[in-house]
Amino acid sequence: MAEKSQPSANYSTWPVILALSIVSAPLVLMYAYLFIDTITDTAVGSLIPGSFTLRHWRFLWETPAGKPNIWLVTLNTLIFATSVTTVIVLVSSMAGYVLSRLNVPGRGFFLAGVMVLHAFPSVTLIIAIFIVLQMIGLYNSLIGVILVKAAIDLPLGIWLMKGFYDTVPWEIEMAGVVDGASRFRVWRSLVLPQVRPGIMAVGLFSFLTAWSEFILPQVLAPGSKVQVLSVYLSALIADDNNFDFGTFKAVGVFYIIPVLIVYALFHKYLMNIYGGGSKG
Amino acid sequence: MRILLDNFSKSFGATKVIENMTLEVGHGEMLALLGPSGCGKSTTLFAICGIHRPTGGRILFGDRDVTDLPSQARNIGVVFQSYALYPHMTVAENIGFPLKVKGMAGEDIRKEVDRISGLVHIGNLLGRRPAELSGGQQQRVALARALVRKPDVLLLDEPLANLDAKLRLEMRSEIRRIQRETGITAILVTHDQVEAMSMCDRIAIMKEGEIVQIATPAEMYTDPRTAFVAGFLGNPPITFLRGVMADGVFAIPDSEIRVPLPASVAATEGTKLMLGVRPEHFTPTGDVAVPGKVSFAETQGRENLYDVQLDGGPLLRSIQPVRHDVNIGDAVTWAIDSRNVLVFDGDGGRL
Repeated sequence: MAEKSQPSANYSTWPVILALSIVSAPLVLMYAYLFIDTITDTAVGSLIPGSFTLRHWRFLWETPAGKPNIWLVTLNTLIFATSVTTVIVLVSSMAGYVLSRLNVPGRGFFLAGVMVLHAFPSVTLIIAIFIVLQMIGLYNSLIGVILVKAAIDLPLGIWLMKGFYDTVPWEIEMAGVVDGASRFRVWRSLVLPQVRPGIMAVGLFSFLTAWSEFILPQVLAPGSKVQVLSVYLSALIADDNNFDFGTFKAVGVFYIIPVLIVYALFHKYLMNIYGGGSKG
Repeated sequence: MRILLDNFSKSFGATKVIENMTLEVGHGEMLALLGPSGCGKSTTLFAICGIHRPTGGRILFGDRDVTDLPSQARNIGVVFQSYALYPHMTVAENIGFPLKVKGMAGEDIRKEVDRISGLVHIGNLLGRRPAELSGGQQQRVALARALVRKPDVLLLDEPLANLDAKLRLEMRSEIRRIQRETGITAILVTHDQVEAMSMCDRIAIMKEGEIVQIATPAEMYTDPRTAFVAGFLGNPPITFLRGVMADGVFAIPDSEIRVPLPASVAATEGTKLMLGVRPEHFTPTGDVAVPGKVSFAETQGRENLYDVQLDGGPLLRSIQPVRHDVNIGDAVTWAIDSRNVLVFDGDGGRL
């Protein structure tokens, strides 16, 4: 992916670059103004920023009346995203192995079921989930929404992990068994290290989708003590009395910074999902 | 340790791969399971190491019945065709893994790893990872890992198949040397008759799930039980002439070719026969001259290989010291050495 290709001598590249720049300009401009608007005051209808200000970022050190503290919300989001990631990585790394390697009864049924669940639009379940959570007392709690989000994302994780396990040569496992290791030991110390790129990819993917999840926390955990950033953001724009577009944009920027950092550090692992795993 | 397969059978679903096979490997012996692909030799190997459960019969190591024991409890060492080294571990960790699983102390593991890596000559590679090794070095590591916990049996599954020709030659003698030095009982699975003949004490040649013949390499070469065995052993391979018994000699109908048969061959007049002639027994110095035309010539450096199309169609192969006077298309009259021909009946059984 990081290969640098020499520009071809057969044709000049600048027309291509120009065309692509024009096409992507609206996107780039939108992101630029998203950031510029958070640190400036601009007259309505003008594109030229007026004066520099930090008042849109006030939410970082002041908690407005009737709103939860931003740091509590950030912490909730972090707990939510990491817990969902942990559950998905743990379960799918084991379930993927079982579906890839062990001769369990109903294996075909499970594989088909996982596929169907992955394709199933989870929003249609939301009322039923709401009722279930309320009955078992997990409504408006982080645990409840973590479990639901993890369950909904698990099929994809399991399927991806199964794909990664499928690429690990059987001989490695045979060698391990012949060397005297139990099947669990073989999985833990011989096979699992081979699928590390898969675990990174699934973990990262789960973290990013959990971080940006909106509809589940909004419906299942809207309380101010368990709010996550996406719900906080939507409450801002839904508040007609104190409408403040600058703050809304500032929270938006604040919300995507961790995603950008994570993506910048780990994006090559995400590519593995499409690249098909490790070479033994 | 002696290994005994007693009436061993294995089937996958309805497919019977091996039926009622009995095979004994003596203590300290190296035996080759030789056969074309799909003959069940790998299945046999995997049954011995416990990866496949037999569907019938018993497997004994010494006097111990291991038929129902899992691989972990059998104390065997296996070298896989792909070596199956653990890519995330260093060479030392790879070799030490079987001992670590046993729960041996770190200090003792290091000592054992040093000892065995000295034996296979990889003492200077212990810190490397498998990806940083050449094929031959990986092969040695795999061998060291298989031997490190002093197994009762060493199983080799086509260990040389992934090596280039020069390394293959080197590892052939290396594996044999290590097997001799450790005195371990070993079974080698291969489809390459040269490997089987050069490395092993005895060869068990397999066809369609059955052992056709077990013998030492020399016996098997000079005294094959069937035409299949004769055709499998020897490089360049043997050629066969098809004919009948006529007036006490072998005759090809519609041709002049008559070959007297050894006295031991008793066949009634008119019986269909196959005459196996090894390339070294069809040369200018034999006793039964047959005319033909050279249809193929190949020089191998020290020797030349010729295919000779006989009058009437059949083909004989000849190997001779290098000469430059014979070219493709030339008519030659070379002779079969009739004392060394192998005679088979129409179904390929030896007479």
